[in-house]
Amino acid sequence: MKQKLNRWFTGRNLIIGVPFIWLFVFFLLPFIIVAKISLAQAEIAIPPYTVMFEWMDGQLSIIIDFASYIWLTEDAIYVDAYINSIKMAFWSTLLCLLIGYPMAYAIANAPSHKQPLWLLLILLPSWTSFLIRVYAWIGLLKNNGIINNFLLWTGVIDSPIQMMNTNFAVYLGIVYSYLPFMILPLYANLVKHDKSLLEAASDLGARKWTRFLRITFPLSKNGIIAGSMLVFIPVVGEYVIPELLGGSDTIMIGKILWQEFFNNRDWPVASALAAIMVMILIIPITWFHHYEQKSLEDGL
Amino acid sequence: MTVAQNPNTNQSPKETLMEIRQVSKTFDDVWAVDDVSLDIHKGEIFALLGASGSGKSTLLRILAGFERPTQGKLLLEGNDMTHLAPYRRPINMMFQSYALFPHMTVEKNIAFGLKQDNMPSGEIADRVTKMLKMVHMEQYANRKPDQLSGGQRQRIALARSLAKQPKLLLLDEPMGALDKKLRTEMQLEVVGILEKVGVTCVMVTHDQEEAMTMATRMAIMDEGKIVQIGSPRDIYESPNSRQTAEFIGSINIFNGSIVDDQEDQLTIDSEDLDTPILVGHGVSTSVESRQVMYAVRPEKTMLTSGRPSQQCNWAEGTVHDIAYLGGHSIYYVKLNRSGKVVQSFLANTERRHEAPTWNDRVYVSWDEFAGVVLNS
Repeated sequence: MKQKLNRWFTGRNLIIGVPFIWLFVFFLLPFIIVAKISLAQAEIAIPPYTVMFEWMDGQLSIIIDFASYIWLTEDAIYVDAYINSIKMAFWSTLLCLLIGYPMAYAIANAPSHKQPLWLLLILLPSWTSFLIRVYAWIGLLKNNGIINNFLLWTGVIDSPIQMMNTNFAVYLGIVYSYLPFMILPLYANLVKHDKSLLEAASDLGARKWTRFLRITFPLSKNGIIAGSMLVFIPVVGEYVIPELLGGSDTIMIGKILWQEFFNNRDWPVASALAAIMVMILIIPITWFHHYEQKSLEDGL
Repeated sequence: MTVAQNPNTNQSPKETLMEIRQVSKTFDDVWAVDDVSLDIHKGEIFALLGASGSGKSTLLRILAGFERPTQGKLLLEGNDMTHLAPYRRPINMMFQSYALFPHMTVEKNIAFGLKQDNMPSGEIADRVTKMLKMVHMEQYANRKPDQLSGGQRQRIALARSLAKQPKLLLLDEPMGALDKKLRTEMQLEVVGILEKVGVTCVMVTHDQEEAMTMATRMAIMDEGKIVQIGSPRDIYESPNSRQTAEFIGSINIFNGSIVDDQEDQLTIDSEDLDTPILVGHGVSTSVESRQVMYAVRPEKTMLTSGRPSQQCNWAEGTVHDIAYLGGHSIYYVKLNRSGKVVQSFLANTERRHEAPTWNDRVYVSWDEFAGVVLNS
């Protein structure tokens, strides 16, 4: 028995075990709990849902109820919220990519002694609380905020532009907040590129733009995928930014989730929402993973 | 003082492809290339040989267009191309790291340059096939570079750089990434391909054996300057300076002073040797100083246990060390008179023979045509 234990507790297993235990305790276990709640029914109790396992008359009965899932398909607001969340996440990711790629490219091609400074400047805003930075945007965007007041003062406009509580504000907030997550993996990828490849392309007759399109861009594919995942996945479930900057027409799954949990106190429906969101996110992740695996195999 | 034998006597005048005129390049006040003038002849393989930091790679990059010369001009067939961008030059380069595009197949790598010229796709396919056949890599057309061995990558890099039929091919340390055995094999194969294609080629290397195997002419570079230009034989047999002599192969150098200077022979007295040095050819002297250096290659010396019969060109010593290299042995002989250690090669022609061994008394001798007189 002791020997068996010793075999398990090797340094190798311990090191590999840490992330597994971490994922088990902080991801899989909570997810199982959420999935379990989603299969119950709401009731006025503490906790506010029916039990799944019941010991009755010397028999164990398991009660599984798909009512919450069926409910989600019956009310269009949930489907809309999913579609809208994915749509917003998609466009925000694209915007982050369009803004972040040139920035990452410029940093990666800057003289190497200047790169740490530029990276620091990218990261500097995140030293302030995320919440405070999103709040600061309210001060900028609201009707009597800094931007509108300035435009009114210069006479460019004569009535304030409605920016707060619009999708525009939400996009702005998301792109602003998540841009570093796009830039950093892209930079990490671009800075490793072998400069002699570009010289070779130039030597073979390719001009600057062709060199970028045919060499740099395809080789930065992994950086683009990594950055896009880091933006897309959290944005789908984003709650704070649409809540603070968005309006009533900004329906995102994070907001609906909050409402179900705290306003309606319908834990099973909220859990079902969360479970489906995880499923939706797992699809692109596994697809990327599969794609990566395939390109790795092609490369071997 | 220059050596009487003219290094370029038996060379017929050849058409010049590339003229490098007084080219210099500075990096932060360091002269990487310092006033280099050089003519590259059509069809030759020209090697730039030098230690690292000698400026040879910078010169090659100037030819490719990756570096702009600080001063000087480059003329290709008489046309100034000093300020032409790399992608406009009819010059292609094979990089030391090969710089194959990792995300493209072998086929696409070779086709890359042709596509930039907007060649019709049918012609591109034909050319790619031809190139693959030339380097014996037809069956690897659809592989990615990281699925190839070092030697195979080199073949593809060569095919890619030749695909556009450049007027001038540049090779940057072409064998640098290969192991020794593959290197010798590829040297001859690459030369074979280059000669078949008939392309003019400038290569950079720090490996003298490689330069001598591959090049028709070579230049020795040191501190940004060209020290000597000539055929491998010229440079090996008639080095014009101590730098060249010591850079290429091994050599024994004796300091001495001229005691007798005649039209067809020269006598030098050296403190290292027991007898005077007799040089069997005249030296065109414009002697400012009678102090000269005399250099003789180890393989041109003889090692004997008996005292040589000649009056000149020998010294007595003891065997200090022996390096057995299979084909020949290098004897390090400590001269009795000065304690200077000289090298002598002894060919191992027989499997077992009576060769001098450690601490034996030996005589190192050579004939009057074996060595050269160098500039001090």
